[in-house]
Amino acid sequence: MNRLHPLRALSAVGRFLRRDKKAMVGSAILFVLLVIAAFPSWFTPDDPAAEIYNPGAGLSWAHPLGTTSFGQDVFSQLMAGTRQSVMIALVVGFFCTILSVVVGVSAAYLGGLVDDGLSLIIDVILVIPTFPLIIVIAAYTKSASFWTIVFVLVVTGWSYGARQLRVQALSLRNRDYLLAARARGEASWYIIGFELMPPMTSLIAANFLGAALYAVLAAAGLQFVGLGNVNTQSWGTMLYWAQNNEALQAGLPLWALAPGIMIAILGSALALLNYAFDEVSNPALRPVKSRRTKAVRV
Amino acid sequence: MRFLVRRLGFLLVALWAALTVNFFIPRLMPGNPAEAILAQFHGRLNPAALKAIEAALGIGKHQSLVTSYVEYLRNTLTGNFGISFSQGNATVSSLISRALPWSLGLVGISTVIGFVLGTAIGGVVAWRRGGTLDNVLPPTFIIVSAFPYFWVGLLSIWLFSLTLNWFPSLGGSTATSTLSWSWGSFTDILSHAVLPAFTIVITSVGGWILTMRNNMITVVAEDYVKMARAKGLKPRRILWQYAGRNALLPNLTGFAMSLGFVISGAILVEYVFNYPGVGFLLLQAVNNEDYPLMQALFFLITVVVLVAIFFSDIATAFLDPRTRNNR
Repeated sequence: MNRLHPLRALSAVGRFLRRDKKAMVGSAILFVLLVIAAFPSWFTPDDPAAEIYNPGAGLSWAHPLGTTSFGQDVFSQLMAGTRQSVMIALVVGFFCTILSVVVGVSAAYLGGLVDDGLSLIIDVILVIPTFPLIIVIAAYTKSASFWTIVFVLVVTGWSYGARQLRVQALSLRNRDYLLAARARGEASWYIIGFELMPPMTSLIAANFLGAALYAVLAAAGLQFVGLGNVNTQSWGTMLYWAQNNEALQAGLPLWALAPGIMIAILGSALALLNYAFDEVSNPALRPVKSRRTKAVRV
Repeated sequence: MRFLVRRLGFLLVALWAALTVNFFIPRLMPGNPAEAILAQFHGRLNPAALKAIEAALGIGKHQSLVTSYVEYLRNTLTGNFGISFSQGNATVSSLISRALPWSLGLVGISTVIGFVLGTAIGGVVAWRRGGTLDNVLPPTFIIVSAFPYFWVGLLSIWLFSLTLNWFPSLGGSTATSTLSWSWGSFTDILSHAVLPAFTIVITSVGGWILTMRNNMITVVAEDYVKMARAKGLKPRRILWQYAGRNALLPNLTGFAMSLGFVISGAILVEYVFNYPGVGFLLLQAVNNEDYPLMQALFFLITVVVLVAIFFSDIATAFLDPRTRNNR
């Protein structure tokens, strides 16, 4: 395997983005949301929690999305809430990926009893309905903090990726180039880190995005039913307050619908990128050139 | 037969793991919530209710961890969930048996509709690879599958119920009418189920379309499909009887895998629509700190999901001899 030079890797990513429309749209959205998450105050002149305006105001230049029944600016809340959702996506995605890679690859690489044991754990976590479990855990902790939510989502969310990575690592395990590395007497950590992992990069990336998407949706659901800390700024807690004050019935649909749209936008960006990475790791899924389609079509 | 025993064994291991996790969560969390809860309710509840909490959490005042664990397992497995203290001291079992038919009806039917619809669309889309449908549907549903279930529910309440006034927005039936085996009751229940079912179908169908499309693309490249084409069989026949059958198999396994995901979404959909099913009951129990009810519902949902997975494994093994050998 040729070693990947950082600059070459970067230009490969650039080429991938230019060629694939799904990846381009997904990463553009993600970039905008990251900027909002990093600098929310650029977009919100007001304190998002301050109850200083006319309650229940409609759309206007001052309040592009109206105000809440408490007299808060909906748009400011939306911008301020970006940070938590993006953070949860990234942090949970990161830890889930680490755990899936470690468990999945070592199960495949070590084989035997270790593989049997780890596979059983993966499968059990995979089939236990996670969301009810998350609800139960959150109910015991009472108004779960950011890190509690992260912890719970990581514990319940890594197994799907681990299973996929195990399967791919298994299929790579007995390739000639790996046997050659072993025959050269390379250390295990070198073989795993520099020979086995590089071909799995796109699948690992897809798993990161899948876990991040899962985290965004689950965290939003948890906060929506009031199991997060309802006094923090996030899209999930906005939905919670909107639902509790019957925003839809009170003629303030944007209060309830706008945070959901933001969640959907973040989710779609992750899902589009995820799908694009899937196409990289499974060439059969790539869009076919039009000339060939005609021949295939009946 | 060996396969059956293995799957049954797995079912039991998973069930035991879920029960054990459920037992240890309230005791091992920082601050030992189990003890705190008991202290909090002491003096506020009658002795029977206190006993129910003790049983649900597996705490006895003078018991070792092992004894209470064994007692907890025995109580759960014999269906002795005690009484709920938030719902007028009804037994947990009676509350659950009242809620269960609603959930099984709503979630069961809409999941199957989503699966059948998604599989059919996915098959057709892959067959017409590169056609208009193939260019429009997959990207659309990648985006739709990223929508939160409950938000699609809120949107459809706002659009179809509050704005257009087509369907009722809340509940499983009109509260004042008593349910009977009559046409009136039937249409009443149906009209209340339309929006929640629509929500579940819309958000789950995308996943099936995408996986079926991807399976189908692999299968269509196989030699036996080329052979069928060379024989001059009708495209429709090749699509469903040759390629479709085989592409369906991984989807069936996927059905089991994503069932937990669908159930999770359905809990929130029931909550949004105040639908009187198991998910709504679970969130009510959480809000009222009704721990016996909560524990029993988690157990029940786990059992339903695991049993469904077990049956879909059996179905896959029955339809596909390959899975019998290598698993």
